[in-house]
Amino acid sequence: MKFYEVEVKVWLKKSVFDPQGNAVEHALTGLGYEGVDKVRIGKYMQLLVEATDEAAAHDKVKSICDKVLHNPVMETYSYTLAEAAAEVSV
Amino acid sequence: MKWAVVVFPGSNCDEDAAGAVRRVTGDEVDMVWHTTRDLSEYDAIILPGGFSYGDYLRSGAIARFSPVMEGVKEAAEQGTLVLGICNGFQVLTEAGLLPGGLLGNHHLQFTCGMVELRVENANLPFTSAYQEGEIIRVPVAHGEGRYYADEPVLDELAMHNRIAFTYQGEVNGSVRNIAGIANDTANVLGLMPHPERAVVEWMDSVDGRRVFESMAAYHAKRGVVHAG
Repeated sequence: MKFYEVEVKVWLKKSVFDPQGNAVEHALTGLGYEGVDKVRIGKYMQLLVEATDEAAAHDKVKSICDKVLHNPVMETYSYTLAEAAAEVSV
Repeated sequence: MKWAVVVFPGSNCDEDAAGAVRRVTGDEVDMVWHTTRDLSEYDAIILPGGFSYGDYLRSGAIARFSPVMEGVKEAAEQGTLVLGICNGFQVLTEAGLLPGGLLGNHHLQFTCGMVELRVENANLPFTSAYQEGEIIRVPVAHGEGRYYADEPVLDELAMHNRIAFTYQGEVNGSVRNIAGIANDTANVLGLMPHPERAVVEWMDSVDGRRVFESMAAYHAKRGVVHAG
């Protein structure tokens, strides 16, 4: 078995108003930062996934994201996956 | 009529819900822990308010994987009345028993207080004791009550009279001011306001009573006698 370090990001879909991002954007403008637009705040998650190979790891992560980590009604996600260094301890 | 109030770790309106049912209907109410799998003995199931599993990840996202939700799904398929209040509404959307989802309030504040609702459909098993278009007063208490669904879903809800209650005015940024909706067979209802907190005079409103009265009347009319 191999281990994979996975990083998952989940955001609200573009069509969904993000009040947190909106509030932060206003704060940035108030602080004098110009040219900052479309601030969106999402979630970041890390997972260490055990799988026979990279394809199996992708299958597992996609299933986890689709069923649990994001709600497709209002959110979207992306992830990165990389084989973990050998010294990773579980 | 036999009622169940589901108790998740983090539920905190479970006793209020059971108390409201007992006050209004005089019926028997069981508190059912979330590990219970079989709910077939009940005529009505209430998913109460609170913060199930700390609302970690998303409101209701973990609760929907509880064993009890399998029982809720089966009961819903068999026509049992299922009422989701506040966090219970969030759990029902996460479980796919109701469409759409609940997001953080658009003003980012926890909103807590009496609000006015309009009864949009008074023909549901949960609303038959109201008049269509009636304005009622029921409290809300939530941080994540902004109902969201895609336009086609909203049109579908509107076309089939599945919007039960709307807010009179802006409360949390919900699309089309939706406060509560029913499923396509009308035996599952979710709403963010708390009817169980408006059942006696000293609660400043008794307008919530008729949700439970409607459910009891529906059950009596249906004449269901459980084999168990």
